[in-house]
Amino acid sequence: MSGSEQASGNDLGRRLRERDLTVAPAVLNLLESTTQADREQALALLSEVSPARLGHEPRGRVVGVTGPPGAGKSTLLSALLRTWRDADRSVAMLAVDPSSRASGGSLLGDRARIEFDPSDRRVFIRSTAAGERLGGLAFGTRAAGQALAAAFDVVVIETVGVGQAETEIADAADVVVVVVQPGSGDVLQFLKSGIMEIPDVLVVTKADLGQVAVSARRDLNAALRSLGRRDTPVLSVSSVPPPSGIEQLAQAIDERLAAIDLPARRTAARRSAALSDFVGEYGMRALRGLGGRRTAERLLAEQDPALGEAELEQALLSAAGDPGRGVRGA
Amino acid sequence: MMRTYAGHSTAKASNELYRRNLEKGQTGLSVAFDLPTQTGYDPDDELSRGEVGKVGVPIAHRGDMEALLEGIPLGEMNTSMTINATAAWLLALYIVAAESQSPPASQDQLQGTTQNDIIKEFLARGTYAFPPGPSMRLIADMVAYTVLHIPKWNPINICSYHLQEAGATPAQEIAYSMSNAIAVLDAVKERLGESAEQDTMSKVFGRISFFVNAGVRFVEEHAKLRAMSIIWEEIGRQRYGVTDEKLLRFRYGVQVNSLGLTEAQPENNVQRIVLEALAVTLGRNARARAIQLPAWNEALGLPRPFDQQWSLRIQQVLAYETDILDYPDIFEGSKVMDGLVEDLLGKARAEMAVVAEHGGAVDAVPYMKGALVESHRERIRRIEAGEQIVVGQNRFTETESSPLTADAEGGILVVDPAVEAQQIEAVRQWRSSRDQAAVDAALGELARVAADESAERENLMVPTIAAARAGATTGEWSATLRKVFDSYRAPTGVGEAAAAVSGPELEELREQVASLQERLGRRPKILVGKPGLDGHSNGAEQIAVRARDIGMDVVYSGIRLTPSQIAKSAVDEGVHVIGLSILSGSHRELIPAVIQALRQAGVDAPVVVGGIIPDQDVPALKQAGVAAVYTPKDFDISKIMREIVELVGERAGVPA
Ligand code: B12
Ligand SMILES: Nc1nc2c(ncn2[C@@H]2O[C@H](COP(=O)(O)OP(=O)(O)OP(=O)(O)O)[C@@H](O)[C@H]2O)c(=O)[nH]1
Ligand SMILES: [Mg+2]
Repeated sequence: MSGSEQASGNDLGRRLRERDLTVAPAVLNLLESTTQADREQALALLSEVSPARLGHEPRGRVVGVTGPPGAGKSTLLSALLRTWRDADRSVAMLAVDPSSRASGGSLLGDRARIEFDPSDRRVFIRSTAAGERLGGLAFGTRAAGQALAAAFDVVVIETVGVGQAETEIADAADVVVVVVQPGSGDVLQFLKSGIMEIPDVLVVTKADLGQVAVSARRDLNAALRSLGRRDTPVLSVSSVPPPSGIEQLAQAIDERLAAIDLPARRTAARRSAALSDFVGEYGMRALRGLGGRRTAERLLAEQDPALGEAELEQALLSAAGDPGRGVRGA
Repeated sequence: MMRTYAGHSTAKASNELYRRNLEKGQTGLSVAFDLPTQTGYDPDDELSRGEVGKVGVPIAHRGDMEALLEGIPLGEMNTSMTINATAAWLLALYIVAAESQSPPASQDQLQGTTQNDIIKEFLARGTYAFPPGPSMRLIADMVAYTVLHIPKWNPINICSYHLQEAGATPAQEIAYSMSNAIAVLDAVKERLGESAEQDTMSKVFGRISFFVNAGVRFVEEHAKLRAMSIIWEEIGRQRYGVTDEKLLRFRYGVQVNSLGLTEAQPENNVQRIVLEALAVTLGRNARARAIQLPAWNEALGLPRPFDQQWSLRIQQVLAYETDILDYPDIFEGSKVMDGLVEDLLGKARAEMAVVAEHGGAVDAVPYMKGALVESHRERIRRIEAGEQIVVGQNRFTETESSPLTADAEGGILVVDPAVEAQQIEAVRQWRSSRDQAAVDAALGELARVAADESAERENLMVPTIAAARAGATTGEWSATLRKVFDSYRAPTGVGEAAAAVSGPELEELREQVASLQERLGRRPKILVGKPGLDGHSNGAEQIAVRARDIGMDVVYSGIRLTPSQIAKSAVDEGVHVIGLSILSGSHRELIPAVIQALRQAGVDAPVVVGGIIPDQDVPALKQAGVAAVYTPKDFDISKIMREIVELVGERAGVPA
């Protein structure tokens, strides 16, 4: 389990390309690791599954799911998991939990209690702590999402929060689903005030509660109309028996995925991620050395759209000369 | 009334034990069921493995219930059953067993109590089967049924006992149990409907009794009981309009505290038990109706008949040799006692208000669970720091060797593992020898009534009794309802527990973890798992919270996991160490099963185990691949953590 015991990045990447789902835990162990040796293996892994290497975008779809605490995300995901498995799609779930400020430690798996069948080998569920990173995602989660998309049909990234979380998740996922429960006004306020970006799909949980759920859905629809986004679907679901709306949600997610220009979205996301990783690793000084954010963005835009994040970061790095390592924002 | 809590291995063996105890002067029955029966699984279910007949008697169908009660005239007996999620079912079996006795006893003659308090199962005890909503519906139906048809039955016993065992302070014990009672009464009120007369509601109120705890700080504990009777009367008058003094009385039974009973120098537990018994007997104005005492070897394992006899004799000495019962209330007019009561009343009312703000006890389950884990964390911190003295454990620890634990089995009762196989065979035979069509029809009817959510829905007791009569099994009754109601996992409370206040010891551990993280490349990650049906979560919770507090990533998803679920999580989560906690006695079967599942899944991370693990079982566990075993005498959790951190480093090939 130490750096030296890890399988090689190339090997793991190759097996992902062959859609060997059993390597998922080892892939995550490697991508989460911060030792220098493991970082190099991780880069090797990622380039094995980059669009340039694959010849196309990874086939799996990455679904981001976020929303306020207790909104019903995990319960809903348990139900969605069953629906996807019934359709024989393999599923990887990456649940990101907050870490304790004081100790850096975390309690995982408590929030993200997703019901699963332990004998099902086509399901992978991993919880990771967000660590010191603000904004929802854990170190390595975005990379993991991309890597696993080479092997799994569906990759879910679940984060908690509202307001900021869905901004970062938008860089990691092909489609962002924001989950709210009836009677919680936050999301509505954030939407109206523009603090929150408009998600691809909105879900109101706990439809079984009746009228409150109906009003919540109506209010969200009204807000979206006033923002000129009436095409954003708002769905109502109940995850307790008898469940309702789950199939429709799975379908709405698929429709949304079919509607977007996936390669363009992923390319944009990779570029934005490479830039923020570059800044995280080498600091604002290095960015200024490149001639500022605008210049960096232009430089990225000139690269091959199939380049993976690692290669893009490398491109920035060579343009900047060697800026010297800052503190990695892990 | 005097009774000891008992039942084990088989219905027939338990029946013999009951009859022996009745001959010795015990005046009622108190039935302990095994965990499969309590959680609604048949002996041949995957989750029942290692648990059949362990901590109580397995009752899978009417045949078992009839054997359990053979020769005990139910028309005259007062029977207390520790049963909750499946209470409606066990009461139904009891009714059917009574009517098939000769001479038969009709349901209106039956006397006794079913514990039937589900909220404390979610908070502390862990034998729930259905989600909160449907569980409350079952309770309300049962209360409504017994008030009309089994008037001498106490359909529910609101328990504060288990809350203290899960770490509750006296104020929390009062506040959560009273809030719980309010939730039940509100549900029954709704069930009875607008048409219900005040008289019926008053009767319901009067039938509710409590099951409380009493710790070794017996003066304060006595004050707690006085405070509870005051609040109870207030609730009756103000919320439910009860005026009859008799119905307003706070009636309670007691099991005294066991959480404070130690593995180290277990003979000291006798003193503790005696003092705890004083808390509930000293003052007449708040004296218990029935007392159950744990045994001196509580922290070692299940008591043998001799150990139970010793506890019964403690009560008899108190009742017949002392002058406790000779006087009117000895605290009447005591300023100290009144002050203590006032103080507790204030704190309890404030906490009840918080629960009410959360929407009442049902909705406040996650809040209350978090608060209990937090209180328990504080209790353990004080013991570790030596601020709370526990004689023989953290003070006066030198000891002579004990003749009490010298016999081969270390002074506990060991259940014959053959029982499980026998019960599996027996339930299969039962299923094949009954009228299957009748059972199917009865279960179909049960499902139909359960699925009806309208206001006019029928009482679930009716199809439940019919299914019992037809010969359905405990597992079938529960599975039918799980299908309609869904299954459920209760909140663990660990996420809510505040981080520990840092001190030198914690800082040192955090540094060790940080250094290990450097060497591993990832933050050290532990899976804390509870295999099987065991609901004892205290230890696992405290280990999980402390591991987080020293900086580890902790995967803990609560009680009742199968070995294969644990193995799958361990693989997917990429943990560096697996910690298993078992207190119910199923470690001999379950620990090797988990290790086998782990190794099959390709996990070679070390496994450590904690809980009630008798010394003589340790070699076999080590043989099966366990790296370390911890028991209650290892109360210093920091020390446990240090050892785990070292173990992870060594096994991963990156020692400090
Ligand atoms: C508290 C308690 C309860 C509480 C539990 C509350 C809760 N949520 O945990 C309540 C009242 C609900 C309860 C109920 C029952 N209990 Co109970 N209970 C106890 C008691 C008194 C203390 C256990 C405890 O919590 N100690 C405090 C914690 C912190 O200590 P701990 O768990 O031992 O953990 C320490 C170590 O063991 C170790 N450790 C533990 N786990 C782990 C995990 C890891 C990874 C590591 C590293 C270390 C570690 O580290 C901890 C630190 O010191 C014990 C007897 C005793 N005094 O030990 C009986 C006991 C465990 N209970 C027992 C029984 C029979 C029951 C019931 C079945 C009774 C019944 N028939 O209804 C029910 C069943 C509940 C269920 N669903 O399983 C028996 C078990 C018998 C056996 N093993 O053969 C015991 C031993 C009492 C007895 N002698 O009869 N119980
Ligand atoms: N009535 C009802 N309750 C639901 C429904 N879905 C979830 N819940 C309940 O809502 C609570 C929170 O559900 P989770 O699925 O844990 O919510 P979450 O968003 O994952 O929560 P965090 O991970 O803590 O942020 C639980 O008590 C669920 O039982 C639903 O459809 N109807
Ligand atoms: Mg969740």
